[in-house]
Amino acid sequence: MGSHSSGWAHEAFAVFGKDWLLELRTRVALGAVVLFAVTSVVAAGFALAPPSAVAAEVKAALLWVVLFFAAVAGLSRVFVVEEETRTADALRLVVSPAGVFVGKLAFNTVLMWALCAVTVPLFLVLMEASVRSGGLFFTVVLLGSTALACATTAVGAIVAKATMRGALFGVLSFPVALPPLLVSIHATKASWIDDNAWRVATGDLQVLIGFMLVMVPASLLVFEHIWSD
Amino acid sequence: MTNSTMGKAMTGVWIAAVTVAAFLWLPPAQGFRSPEAARMVVFHVPCAILTFVAFLLNAAYSWKYLRSRDPLSDGKANAAAELGMLFAILATATGSLFALEQWGSAWNWDPRETSIVILMLVYAAYFVLRGAVEEKTKRARLSAAYALLAFPAMVFLIWILPRIVESLHPTNTLFTRMGLDVTYRVTLWSFFAGLLAVFVWMFRLRLRVEQLEARVRRQPDEDTTPEPVLTGEQR
Repeated sequence: MGSHSSGWAHEAFAVFGKDWLLELRTRVALGAVVLFAVTSVVAAGFALAPPSAVAAEVKAALLWVVLFFAAVAGLSRVFVVEEETRTADALRLVVSPAGVFVGKLAFNTVLMWALCAVTVPLFLVLMEASVRSGGLFFTVVLLGSTALACATTAVGAIVAKATMRGALFGVLSFPVALPPLLVSIHATKASWIDDNAWRVATGDLQVLIGFMLVMVPASLLVFEHIWSD
Repeated sequence: MTNSTMGKAMTGVWIAAVTVAAFLWLPPAQGFRSPEAARMVVFHVPCAILTFVAFLLNAAYSWKYLRSRDPLSDGKANAAAELGMLFAILATATGSLFALEQWGSAWNWDPRETSIVILMLVYAAYFVLRGAVEEKTKRARLSAAYALLAFPAMVFLIWILPRIVESLHPTNTLFTRMGLDVTYRVTLWSFFAGLLAVFVWMFRLRLRVEQLEARVRRQPDEDTTPEPVLTGEQR
């Protein structure tokens, strides 16, 4: 059992390393995701100028809508590329489904963090959002982006096997990603305007963690059926 | 055959009788802005319950399909989703009509209104996915997987929405003694029984259509030579 689980983690780590090596060579997913987010933030900031008049609710919703659609632009790439280059079969031969899923999930999570590292500071500056509770805001962005990756990675595996992948990924992801999106918007707003923000947002953070604890095992359970032909 | 015809006829008579009773026998509910319109609850709640039942059936048959790979389970999951969509539309329409009378607006972003819209989005996504995969077993596999991913997400949504937005819907009226007047409860569950019979009938009808379609598809294939196995997945 011990050697089995360590083999599984080792496989996941190998998949993660391989995918980042490939990504850093081409930077396709990173470029798509970050450029989409930056373009949207700049367009929104320009259209809403001066943004100081815009309510915090609207800004919080805008931030997470931008992050969600940026995720939709790039998070399926990690599975689509395996089908396009016909490397999925080779991966199926050498790595267990759980290893593949966890590796790809880790890849998408780090991709979301990279996206947030670029987009969120830019958003705060361009949209003139002042953060009351920096610690809470950081926690929400970290957990919310991780939850988005957890919600959409298995969906990405589904659309990689279908036609018209790009459009399909957004349509399929939205209902699954909606719970973390809604609570992230709620908690983000709290971290910007509320005095006792941590107390307001505690339930939201619990929902985000609970969501991940449910979606990751559920995804693992069905991933085997998506992945193996 | 005559048995099922009898069943259908009885269902029709039953639903017609309950509908007439809902307008003639059921008293208008006092305390509402328009007491006459409160009768809508008798039609609205059974639709909403059946939407939920269809969603559970869809997830259960999807799970069963992944375990057994039996095409019939896939057909049942799909039929449940289609009926779920239909009853979701009926529940939304009846609810909106009542909301317009009672609260002056057909749409209030109430948690249950929101969750049923998201549920319809899940079904729509499910149908789009089924349309986007040509091969039958692959379509069954992927759509079952999607249904099982959407299920926990929907449970989360139904659980968190009331925390974020206020509800106009009453809670616990159906199963507690205090909730609904006896006349209302009897009419509501009578209508539910009739609607459930319609649900079962439509479900079976949909499965029969699916089986006939499968048979039609199979027949011309028998004349042509089967595709080589190796190229099957590589298109």
